[in-house]
Amino acid sequence: MRRALLALLLPLTACGAGDGSDGGDDVTLTVYAAASLTATFEQLAEDFEAEHDGVAVELSFGGSADLVTQLKEGAQADVFASAATKNMDDLVSAELTAAEPRDFATNVLEIAVPPGNPAGVTSFQDLAGDLNLVVCAPEVPCGAAAQQVAEAAGVTLAPVSEEQSVTDVLAKVTSGEADAGLVYITDVIAAGGDVEGIEFPEAADVVNTYPIAAVAGSDEADLAQEFVDFVLGETGRSVLQAAGFGQP
Amino acid sequence: MTSQRQVGVPAWIYLPALLGAVLVLLPLVGMLSRVDWASFVDLVTSDSALTALGLSLRTSTVSTLLCVLVGVPMAVVLARTSFSGQGVFRSLVLLPMVLPPVVGGIALLYTFGRRGLLGAELDALGVQVAFSTIAVVLAQTFVSLPFLVVSLEGALRSAGQRYEVVAASLGASPTTVFRRVTLPLVLPGLISGATLAFARSLGEFGATITFAGSLEGTTRTLPLYIYQLRVTDPDAAVAMSLVLVVVAVAVIGFARPGRGTA
Repeated sequence: MRRALLALLLPLTACGAGDGSDGGDDVTLTVYAAASLTATFEQLAEDFEAEHDGVAVELSFGGSADLVTQLKEGAQADVFASAATKNMDDLVSAELTAAEPRDFATNVLEIAVPPGNPAGVTSFQDLAGDLNLVVCAPEVPCGAAAQQVAEAAGVTLAPVSEEQSVTDVLAKVTSGEADAGLVYITDVIAAGGDVEGIEFPEAADVVNTYPIAAVAGSDEADLAQEFVDFVLGETGRSVLQAAGFGQP
Repeated sequence: MTSQRQVGVPAWIYLPALLGAVLVLLPLVGMLSRVDWASFVDLVTSDSALTALGLSLRTSTVSTLLCVLVGVPMAVVLARTSFSGQGVFRSLVLLPMVLPPVVGGIALLYTFGRRGLLGAELDALGVQVAFSTIAVVLAQTFVSLPFLVVSLEGALRSAGQRYEVVAASLGASPTTVFRRVTLPLVLPGLISGATLAFARSLGEFGATITFAGSLEGTTRTLPLYIYQLRVTDPDAAVAMSLVLVVVAVAVIGFARPGRGTA
């Protein structure tokens, strides 16, 4: 019994010791980023680490609104990159940003359909037809954008499901349950061959802007600002562009 | 119970027991501390909240009935018969209990979804399961069934077969024995098992959101509604969570272990 208990505890203590005395990385920069930035920010974090010796970038992805809630509840982060201006504004009004947020990318909606496009969707108007349409809930940025586009185009959408995030919408499309989903163009590119993207002109009316800012109260304020500048700089631009993001 | 001699427990055992209790109860206190009492009634009686609550109660009731309908025979087969591979069968049937619900949702999707195992057949019948209330009930039944089977099987085993043997020897048919002896004997166990299944259905989230989607009035049950609210309206999310906690406490009181196993 005692030995079993010890065996259980040993990995814990080993883990605890490793965290503190590991000499490899002296500074950890925590970056909170919108879920749609996952692939690009993983790349950017790697590039940033390569340029800065002894710096480890820790990434935490989630819905922008979720992340703001966490920051307001006292989560420690150095940088926040949002998928919508509204969520960044929330953080600014909570006085939790260290500097004026800067816009670093834009994104537009695209229709995602399963490979082969079984429902034969060709335009935004087709989405009002008799098919399984999945969108984001109006409360999250991609859903708000979908609603605005629909209003501007004068199309009434009757989705079979309003999901909490772009990833959930994509999952319903890739599994073939949904005939069409409204997601960002970058999500379609990231999904590779699992979905087909259908561009529509009305998307240009609702451009989503991504702001980034250093978070107030960071222990690494200078480094945080450096990361922000890095994302805004040449490397950031090219990585984001390759993923399908536009420039603000 | 009272006739049993009390054996003292080691004094030190209270400390870890207390720690465990704190671990379970403190988060509830934390949640309570955030309840906005002034607008509590308004928050829990909003149209969306009532729609979600109504859907949750309806679907959970139907899935509990389904659980009873197939779970009672399953428990009887497990408790009263023996066949080779029974142990494996029991483990597999209980799987949803330990499976992450999202895994259950994926399994259901690839079975009843449009491109699933039975997708083409269901389509031919004109039935679309995904994104429908049927999907919610299926998900709830899938995760809740083992709870009913486990507690009823336990009740059947502890009740023993004495009365059944007597009834059979007096000439009662197996169906009569089941109906007149077995069922009344384990009724408390059945009720507590069904209550547990109902509670589990009410709390079902992962399988539902994976398999059924989320649409107000059709598939957005109370837990899905809370999940959505927590970002945009944390006060309402806390208020609705409290409603679920109250329901859960009531259910636990009703299905307390010991009450069921006669």
